[in-house]
Amino acid sequence: MPSPAEELKFRDPDKARALTEALEREVEAIGRSPVAVMHVCGSHEQAIARFGLRASFPRKLDVIMGPGCPVCVTDTPEVDEAVALAAQGARVCTYGDMLRLPGTSKSLADAQADGGKVEVVYSVSQAVDLARQRPAEQVVFFASGFETTAVATAATLLAGVPENFSVLSSHKYVPAAMDVVSEMKETNIEGFIAAGHAATITGWGIFEPFARRTGTPVVVAGFEPLDVLAAVVELVRLIRLKRPEVMNCYPRCVTKEGNRAALAKLWQVFDVVGGNWRGIARVPRGNLELKPEWDRVNARHRFRIDTAAVGGAEKNLLADQCICGSIMSGLAKPDQCKLFGKECRPESPVGACMVSSEGACKIWHVYGGHPDLKEVA
Amino acid sequence: MCLGVPGKVLSLSSDGLSALVDFFGVKRELRLDIVDEPVKPGDYVLNHVGFAIRRIPPSEVEETLALFDQILKEAGSEDLMAEDVRGEIASGKERDRA
Repeated sequence: MPSPAEELKFRDPDKARALTEALEREVEAIGRSPVAVMHVCGSHEQAIARFGLRASFPRKLDVIMGPGCPVCVTDTPEVDEAVALAAQGARVCTYGDMLRLPGTSKSLADAQADGGKVEVVYSVSQAVDLARQRPAEQVVFFASGFETTAVATAATLLAGVPENFSVLSSHKYVPAAMDVVSEMKETNIEGFIAAGHAATITGWGIFEPFARRTGTPVVVAGFEPLDVLAAVVELVRLIRLKRPEVMNCYPRCVTKEGNRAALAKLWQVFDVVGGNWRGIARVPRGNLELKPEWDRVNARHRFRIDTAAVGGAEKNLLADQCICGSIMSGLAKPDQCKLFGKECRPESPVGACMVSSEGACKIWHVYGGHPDLKEVA
Repeated sequence: MCLGVPGKVLSLSSDGLSALVDFFGVKRELRLDIVDEPVKPGDYVLNHVGFAIRRIPPSEVEETLALFDQILKEAGSEDLMAEDVRGEIASGKERDRA
């Protein structure tokens, strides 16, 4: 079986070669090093690492994974809320990646080991089914994910849920985080690759005001290796031409307006509010919280959540050395963390980026430390 | 988690709110609340967490399927993309429980 990288070349070698050469030319023409661009999607990092794409990137180009993992940016106090609800007897349902995400002193996996009722679901619908099957229990859906995932939560509430079902929202809104990162002087990101399927919902038009205001071009990319490569070429070309525009390189799935039906439902249920993103910053308009008219299904209003009872443990010396925040802000690479692959591993994560299949550290760890074929060859 | 997975619509429920969809041989029920266009049997849709979020235009189905086909076919036991795709397939409801 060919390696994924060979497979990439095998699928359409001429196109891949032409794109690689174009990328080299564009980066050379800019005449600076490094030219730094950022993507904000765990699935993009998976594609880049899995298919060995960094080997096709010029040395002078830095393609960085930003805050593109909703699990990784879920803040410690949010995990504490879920752990506290489980400790208080609620049945807490959540997407699998959230299970091992560290809270102040406990993760939901720890809460489960303590006898708490914690369930992994693949869909909010499965959490609603559990609530229907167990009318005597309080079932709380600890909701994570970006706007793509939040629309499913919104549609579920609009379709009607049983009395004993509520939502603890940790949904995040990606465009707000791009604002924050683009304002960090030390990162010097010159262009963004926007996540294909988040843009399926929001449409690519949503990035136009951002591109104009920050002077930073944005390219929407799909997940095929050649999709990603083509998008990077376009992005670097826009940087060279100093054209802060938005280009849609994923027309198979993304339109300018997005999915209007889904957006209408999203904004019927959610408001954007400010919130802390783990390790990064307070992100104005970065969190999606249920609107006040949905208070009756909002776990934060239905229950008195006692996070003090599950937090405030002794100082965690390992966690102090974790550099997840710098990694998600584009200031450091996973293998620059001294815990990477040693104390911090997928089976015993110290930081959030090693927990999720979309976390940069877990992706680099699984696909071989530093997934850059030029350096390992 | 935002990768989603494409599948072929086999049939619609009588109320039109859900569809039985085939994902590389696995059949699951998907909700149709937020799909961007009406769907009918034979159409392909993109599933994310149990919801069809987009009807894939027929001209683009083949290209869309190729990536997922490749990921599922050659995936080792610890492939993160395959793990996410399988999770997305599992997000649909099993028919006998629907």
